[in-house]
Amino acid sequence: MDRTLAEKVWDAHVVRHVEGEPDLLYIDLHLLHEVTSPQAFDGLRAAGRQVRRPDLTVATEDHNVPTVDIDRPIADPVSRTQVETLRRNCAEFGVPLFPLGDVDQGIVHVVGPQLGLTQPGMTVVCGDSHTSTHGAFGALAFGIGTSEVEHVLATQTLPLRPFKTMAVTVEGELPAGVTAKDLILAVIARIGTGGGQGHVIEYRGEAIRGLSMEARMTVCNMSIEAGARAGMIAPDEKTFAFLAGRPHAPTGVEWHAALAWWRTLATDPDARFDTEVVVDATQLSPFVTWGTNPGQGVPLSSTVPDPAALTDASERAAAERALEYMGLTAGRPMRDIAVDTVFVGSCTNGRLEDLRSAADVVRGRRVADGVRMLVVPGSVRVRLAAEAEGLHEVFTAAGAEWRHAGCSMCLGMNPDQLAPGERSASTSNRNFEGRQGKGGRTHLVSPQVAAATAVVGRLASPADLV
Amino acid sequence: MEKFTVHAGRALPLRRSNVDTDQIIPAVYLKRVTRSGFEDGLFAAWRADPDFVLNRPEHEGATVLVAGPDFGTGSSREHAVWALQDHGFRVVISPRFADIFRGNSLKGGLLTVELPVDVVERLWSDVEADPELVIVVDLERREVSWPGGTAAFELDDYTRWRLMEGLDDIGLTLRAADEIAAFELDRPTFLPTTRPRGDG
Ligand code: SF4
Repeated sequence: MDRTLAEKVWDAHVVRHVEGEPDLLYIDLHLLHEVTSPQAFDGLRAAGRQVRRPDLTVATEDHNVPTVDIDRPIADPVSRTQVETLRRNCAEFGVPLFPLGDVDQGIVHVVGPQLGLTQPGMTVVCGDSHTSTHGAFGALAFGIGTSEVEHVLATQTLPLRPFKTMAVTVEGELPAGVTAKDLILAVIARIGTGGGQGHVIEYRGEAIRGLSMEARMTVCNMSIEAGARAGMIAPDEKTFAFLAGRPHAPTGVEWHAALAWWRTLATDPDARFDTEVVVDATQLSPFVTWGTNPGQGVPLSSTVPDPAALTDASERAAAERALEYMGLTAGRPMRDIAVDTVFVGSCTNGRLEDLRSAADVVRGRRVADGVRMLVVPGSVRVRLAAEAEGLHEVFTAAGAEWRHAGCSMCLGMNPDQLAPGERSASTSNRNFEGRQGKGGRTHLVSPQVAAATAVVGRLASPADLV
Repeated sequence: MEKFTVHAGRALPLRRSNVDTDQIIPAVYLKRVTRSGFEDGLFAAWRADPDFVLNRPEHEGATVLVAGPDFGTGSSREHAVWALQDHGFRVVISPRFADIFRGNSLKGGLLTVELPVDVVERLWSDVEADPELVIVVDLERREVSWPGGTAAFELDDYTRWRLMEGLDDIGLTLRAADEIAAFELDRPTFLPTTRPRGDG
């Protein structure tokens, strides 16, 4: 029978199938970080259990590490405890760890692909919902809760019921100046924050095939914001080229064996999806959010929408609440909205390509007076590569702050936060109330829009700068 | 894990939709490394408002949370489930749950019950009219009842059995240890390990 990419990966990992019970699925790669793992290790210890496959497990420190003065002890005692607990747990259970200061440290979803640990056809899990990022390689990758982290540590498997499948087909080519971030924000606005519920989304079509691997990661990263468990893209020559030569990619005979399998993974021509959505790429333009969930977005060229126009009562109430929180009124042009802070970084847009595109916009320009711009590379290696190209000088010459790697202002667990009422343009993935600091107001944008916004001081795209 | 068969308790009417996990427990409360004590973070931002429903004395001790659609969206943090449980909730009712939240809850023994919007609205107004009203959640019969009505809910047999037996997932899976070992023998050798290259 013809099968989808997701179904093929699933089938290849079923350890046990019993009618009426969840399938027991084998996990090829388990990523850990300091926030969602301590209680899992606590549980193992309490039950006298071991980590079954430390050699399929790897940890990094990202969520609450500082992005300045990283050689000094972490000032916040709770963050320090979490980081130290992770270090102790990894040492005790034999799990490899990339601690702060290590050249492989960084945001867990940037580190995996960069090392070549994320490969097509694998199952990848992490106690973090943006694990969907790894689906860009044709892996089935999804976020899990802490008790599932404990389950994978102890058994290297997870009991799961099959996900439903959804095809999001993006036809045509993206217009110039429109990025993967604009595309995914538009998709989420279209299908809603619950639209992907229970599904694995496979992104397909000409526009998706045209994206770089980094841009594909941006798209898959935000699948969770549409409510989906995972996002996937069929592996192709770009995927293989990205992987070749990475530290953990197969070599020699193994490479060819892997390649032969990877080439069989794409969805069969007659496979059926439970849900299908078609998007016309040619109609897309830079997209920004106005509200407090990632589905509340509009084209930058448009205005803050009027909740009164919404027919669904609970959506209308949510929109009214969002506008109040965001301090916005209906009808205001998005381009009129002034920001205090611009954040470039996160597992959505903290890779080298993202930093390059932001740097291209600010090169030779200045960040507007009164605006603070933070540029936070997704990993130490991204930082080093960016510095080798001189991007850090472009940013600092423009008046931006060049930081060390971590999640930083994506979730405001470290000192990088918005003050109450402050407004940001952020390349991250969530604009929830208080996400970037209590009372902070977030507009989700692409790196290009973030950089142009920093220069203008109001939401803007690079086209507004000429 | 505590067994769940029938629960009877008072309800907290939370008239909000799209309650994401950042609202259930803001990130600043996630910094603990233990597994208990998360109740202080529950709805922390909203609790600053003395009129917020969780602060109202007539609802003190409620054990059944009745919320609007799309409860538990956003971050996968399981602390959201712990915060609700540590505060004393045993059941959350909503017209629709985010998948990860629902999965986390059922694994941890917090029962999520999906009921249609109109039933939830009736529950809200009945509980607001009489905060003392007791809701009975019967997992055996997959049914919610209260003085104003009865509503059936769906839950697959397997999850229901696990909850009723109070069975922990890991223990269940470890019964299949031989099958896991057999699967491992067949895994392709090109798959990566996290050990540094050249280390075997
Ligand atoms: S960058 Fe943001 S979304 Fe990504 S892993 Fe870190 S906190 Fe989560």
